[in-house]
Amino acid sequence: MSPDEIRGKVLNVLATVVPELEPGTLRADRAIRDELDVDSMDLLNFVIGLSKEFKVDIPVADYRRIATVDQLVTYLAERVH
Amino acid sequence: MTRTTEFRMPKLGADMLQGRLIEWAKKPGDHIERGEVIATIETDKANIDVESFVSGVLQRVLMEPSEEWLDVGTPLAVIAEAGAGVEARQETATLPAVPAPTVAVPVAVGPMSRKETPRAPVAHAAPVPMGEHAAARVRISPLARKRARSQGLDITAILGTGPGGRIVLRDVESSRPQPTVTQAVPAAAPSPIVDKRTRMREAIAAAMARSKREIPHYYLGTTIDLGRLTQWLTDENLKRPVVDRLIAGVVLIKAVALALREFPDLNGFFLDGHARPAPAVHVGTAISLRGGGLIAPALLDTDTRSLTELMHAYQDLVQRARTGALRSAEFTQATITVSSLGDRGVETLYGVIYPPQVALIGFGRIVERPWIVAGTVVARPLIHATLAADHRASDGHRGALFLDRVSQLLQEPEAL
Repeated sequence: MSPDEIRGKVLNVLATVVPELEPGTLRADRAIRDELDVDSMDLLNFVIGLSKEFKVDIPVADYRRIATVDQLVTYLAERVH
Repeated sequence: MTRTTEFRMPKLGADMLQGRLIEWAKKPGDHIERGEVIATIETDKANIDVESFVSGVLQRVLMEPSEEWLDVGTPLAVIAEAGAGVEARQETATLPAVPAPTVAVPVAVGPMSRKETPRAPVAHAAPVPMGEHAAARVRISPLARKRARSQGLDITAILGTGPGGRIVLRDVESSRPQPTVTQAVPAAAPSPIVDKRTRMREAIAAAMARSKREIPHYYLGTTIDLGRLTQWLTDENLKRPVVDRLIAGVVLIKAVALALREFPDLNGFFLDGHARPAPAVHVGTAISLRGGGLIAPALLDTDTRSLTELMHAYQDLVQRARTGALRSAEFTQATITVSSLGDRGVETLYGVIYPPQVALIGFGRIVERPWIVAGTVVARPLIHATLAADHRASDGHRGALFLDRVSQLLQEPEAL
């Protein structure tokens, strides 16, 4: 899976958690938590969505490594094929 | 001779003034059981599947689904009650038949049987299917429905990509033709979405003003050491698959629910001049709606459910609250409200009680602060918890004991 494909899927999963997210408005280099009005439940649902989409279990200890969309894409690229 | 009862536009929360009838789940001649969904109603906040309070036969429909917003209390249908006993009569007597602001709460005049209380279907992520109407029913969020209508779009032709195949706003957006620059924009009538938001704000305003006008609030606050809880959560979540992970907020709610068993003067209602403690604990959890507004649907029987169960129920509730698919029982049965703004960064929440409840518990952010443990200064995760309570139903002494009990329970998270 190419990084662009990964990015596309990540944004799809994010859109299920934040339905009103306007495509193209999210800054990929900023923390998702700061950019969007999301709470801890939204973030957990996001992680659950990612784990289902990519078949990757993201341990709690890795949450700080996936704060931005860019970081998340890099993290997933290392773990999916 | 059978008795007939009117099914009226229900008041699903103190801040609801009007509703719109979207769809009947039953037709004249159908039998209906107490607790069965009779109709779907749109409010400012959500589409809600309304349950019937009585069993019987739907005799006559008085209003058909339309674009019109009807006042709470408007008669919608007539039900012929089947062999109605005294108990059923008492339940219907408390249905909203009076003009706002009163609340549809099944008041326990006699001992209220918990087993009869309709329980929200926690396993369902999608709205409850409605038999022969399922084919005609389109799952769509209230916002998307309004947008589609204003665009003149056929919602049965739109593919839904939201949870459970629900049509959400972006689906409607992507199916409407893009306006060209030269296309004349019609003169501004107020957008339907703005109207709805205004109406919701007005309803919330009415409820909150009533709360402050009628309820003599007292406020207590306490700082709780969450060192044990946060460590336990970390350890626990390591063992759990991602779909079963717990968030602190749900653990806090469970601790509150357990403490409430010992404090009936904080769990229930104040109605018609009397405190009416509830026999069960249904914690209303404040959920902010995307786009503004707040609802606090109930997690039924909060004190009896495991943390995992509560976690899934909460996730399901949040999902359905935001896509607009709640059941009326979840609105009317909260016996207390817990509100947390910790994710927003504030340390303390001073609540406004949601009538006719008698208390509201507020939680702020979990913060790392210097604390004293065994005579030494250590860094500890702390949370500030507040209680706003109705002084007609309880005194500060009781409130203080309650908060202390919550604090104690949170020191033993494995027992929650």
